[in-house]
Amino acid sequence: MNNELLKSLKDAAFEIRCRTIREIASFGSGHIGGSMSIVELLSYLYFREMNVDPKDPAKEDRDRLVVSKGHSGPAVYAALSLKGFFPEDWLSTLNQGGTKLPSHCDMTKTPGIDFTGGSLGQGLSAAIGIALGERLKGQVSRTFAIIGDGEAQEGQIYEAAEAAGAWGLDNLFAFLDQNGQQLDGYTADIIPSIGTVERWKSFGWDVYEISGHDYQQIEEAVENAKRVKGKPHMIVMNTIKSYGYIPGEGVKANHSMAISKEGAEEAIKALKDREGRV
Amino acid sequence: MKDAHVYSHYRDTVIGAVVDLAAEHEDVVFLDADLSSCIGSTAFQKAYPERFFNCGIAEANMTGIAAGLSAMGFVPFIHSFGCFASRRAYDQLFISVGYTHQRVIVIGSDPGITAQYNGGTHMPFEDIALMRQIPGMVVVEPSDAQSLYSLTQQVYHSGSSAYIRTPRKGINFRYGAGDEIVLGKGIELADGKDVALIATGSLMVDAALKAKDMLKEKGIEATVVDLHTIRPLDTDLVERVAKRCGRVLVMENGRYAGGVGEMIAMHLAKTNPVKMDFMNVGERYGEVGNLQYLAGAFGFTAENAAEKAERLVR
Repeated sequence: MNNELLKSLKDAAFEIRCRTIREIASFGSGHIGGSMSIVELLSYLYFREMNVDPKDPAKEDRDRLVVSKGHSGPAVYAALSLKGFFPEDWLSTLNQGGTKLPSHCDMTKTPGIDFTGGSLGQGLSAAIGIALGERLKGQVSRTFAIIGDGEAQEGQIYEAAEAAGAWGLDNLFAFLDQNGQQLDGYTADIIPSIGTVERWKSFGWDVYEISGHDYQQIEEAVENAKRVKGKPHMIVMNTIKSYGYIPGEGVKANHSMAISKEGAEEAIKALKDREGRV
Repeated sequence: MKDAHVYSHYRDTVIGAVVDLAAEHEDVVFLDADLSSCIGSTAFQKAYPERFFNCGIAEANMTGIAAGLSAMGFVPFIHSFGCFASRRAYDQLFISVGYTHQRVIVIGSDPGITAQYNGGTHMPFEDIALMRQIPGMVVVEPSDAQSLYSLTQQVYHSGSSAYIRTPRKGINFRYGAGDEIVLGKGIELADGKDVALIATGSLMVDAALKAKDMLKEKGIEATVVDLHTIRPLDTDLVERVAKRCGRVLVMENGRYAGGVGEMIAMHLAKTNPVKMDFMNVGERYGEVGNLQYLAGAFGFTAENAAEKAERLVR
């Protein structure tokens, strides 16, 4: 990845993080942890990889993204607004009555959302249906899906894993946000994710394990995956929950946090300082 | 409409209707959960292999995949036994299909006691109530092969998600290819003035017609309604027969809670309260046995219907 692209992606990620923090602060609280852990991925998908058009969100041959861990909605909305799917000021309507931006991603409400997430475990199955649909229509488009490591405790994920592997859906690219935390605490203390990479390989997937905050690694995994035919792709991303919202990093209860408007600006300043931005 | 006499079982009829739809409409796809040999969706697989997906014994995943295919513009028909198609995959039906405004047509086979030798674990009584909770979901329980063929085709054209409740084995002909069968409009099979028997499905409509004859011998004239469309409720018809008879017996091969009886009682409570009674499985779980044994065990007989109707009248 050249420096220019890397810088533009890092800038996009910084902007998505700022927008997400302010968005959640506008409501007063929200799912900051699982939003912040996928920001590099979202910026990579929307600003580097996916064929989408904010002026025509429903265009037939677009790539589609299913955010199965639908509570990451605030970060997805920040990315969509930055991409131009809707005005930035929509973000301050998060979770307000009548909003187009509900806490969990909802395809019936938000331009650019390709499937509804929130009832955990369901999105990967829908992504399989979308990928099959692309195949039936002879489209060259691809389906991307993001699931969480906590979410992967749901049994339906493995029904989906088995089917996608059996059917060799190589137009399906899934990402597992392995941030090691879930609502009640650390996955290691609740139901540990053991042998994640081997597990997905055993279902017949093309599997990678990377740092989810490193664009070089994201690019390398995606590009390698694109060359592998006949298997669905799983990119296991080791991430830090709440990464970039520094007051939430390393905090056990960072699934949903209260953020004041002042707290948001302090957190953004702290992030700016850490990233050496002027 | 095609004459359903070409079929020899309900399963051939419902799958035949879908295969015929698929011949004309490229958006029709079929998903099964390892029960394709039981329902005969193998016929769909043979005709349109690229549009058929056997999802294995994973009903939740099948339902979610169907929702994704719907998001891509396809109209998936999915099948499992009614118990698994409804109870096992319920959150997926509610969220991935209903809440997301996707469109999936669910074939739930072997409703209620028609599950017979598969017994209590396979006997869905509450599927009607569950499907009624999903906003916009159409629910049909045809009472013969001709109406099964016709209503399966009509639900495709309705633009709604739907649940088709049908036995697999056996066949019954009540209507001809030229008869008017309209989704959402129940059919009056008799128009007696004393008591209305409103029935759903082959088993109950047959029992209602026999009960009508028994009642006639006692000087009681019964109305019989084949309520093939459970949802949306044909409120005009329900109000008309309730007004005519003043007494209504609702007969369903299902559970009382959230079932057809409750639905009709609620409507009549608002519009024209009348004396009512109900034939259903009540609080009981299913059990194994042949249809005749089970009909006796659960009181799903013409004799029981006639007794209940007579008590309403006397």
